[in-house]
Amino acid sequence: MNDTERAIINGLQGGFPICERPFLAAAEQLGLSEETLIDGLRCLLDNGTLSRFGPMYHAERLGGALSLVAMEIPAADFDRVAELVNAYPEVAHNYARDHALNMWFVLATEKPERKDWILGDIERETGYPAYDMPKLAEYFVGLRLEV
Amino acid sequence: MSALPFDPWFTDPRDPALFEALQEGLPLVSRPYAAMGERVGYTEAEVINRLREWRLSGLIKRLGVIVRHRRLGYRANAMVVWDVPDTEVSQVAGRICQYSFVTLCYRRPRRGSEWPYNLFCMIHGQDRERVESQIRQLIEGCGMTAWPTATLFSTRCFKQRGARYVPSIETVSLESIEPA
Repeated sequence: MNDTERAIINGLQGGFPICERPFLAAAEQLGLSEETLIDGLRCLLDNGTLSRFGPMYHAERLGGALSLVAMEIPAADFDRVAELVNAYPEVAHNYARDHALNMWFVLATEKPERKDWILGDIERETGYPAYDMPKLAEYFVGLRLEV
Repeated sequence: MSALPFDPWFTDPRDPALFEALQEGLPLVSRPYAAMGERVGYTEAEVINRLREWRLSGLIKRLGVIVRHRRLGYRANAMVVWDVPDTEVSQVAGRICQYSFVTLCYRRPRRGSEWPYNLFCMIHGQDRERVESQIRQLIEGCGMTAWPTATLFSTRCFKQRGARYVPSIETVSLESIEPA
């Protein structure tokens, strides 16, 4: 990774201007030219370092439900269950973790009540309980990875 | 005209198209808001106003780059949890958030004997040993040595992208939502 790419990643995780020439404004902050910033972003998107360049939404404010769900799945059955769970379009960020509760995924639904239907379906299809752990409070930290 | 989705965010019939265009990512051109406006029938100034409103009202948490952390070498991804008395959890969380290596911090419900923990934080690091030492630093620095704790490193990632928020609103991909 070169210095330009590093500056872009470190500098643009926290926000991006909403004005007529936002790349110019952001580039000035980073000590780059507008063209270098645009080319660098294109490069980082093309090579897969960035998944997107755009908005992060507040899912709850879109009126839906968002939760973290945990399951305890025997190793021999893990791949079957992962496939069933991942087939739901509402499931994302599914991770295996080293704990008795070893499958952790995020569930996001448009209608709040649909969350419980899907969890019920997942429990019936897989045969294992799903522990629903919606956030009760969020404490402020900036999600920012330095490179 | 039928009711617009996402009421009260969408107040103009062009808003859903603008939301969808934004979701695809900002155009990499000198005046991206003008380019988005051309697609959806807004002027550049109108796009800027709508986006500023959405950001002020909190529909948009932020604009910016969304990194694939594994691609950047952040492979040690730890979820650290504690069972903290409910009366103290906010105060403790405030101390946890002072540490720059903590990336997310939430309070969640306990789930019986299977899961007695109510305070969650995430640490994304490049190296497991270093993350383990940061966790020790956190526990001592925040005065948390007395409370039951567990650290869950991720061992595999099955799905980090490609999902859709909801089938009926095809515009919001889960990638735009931070790990809950």
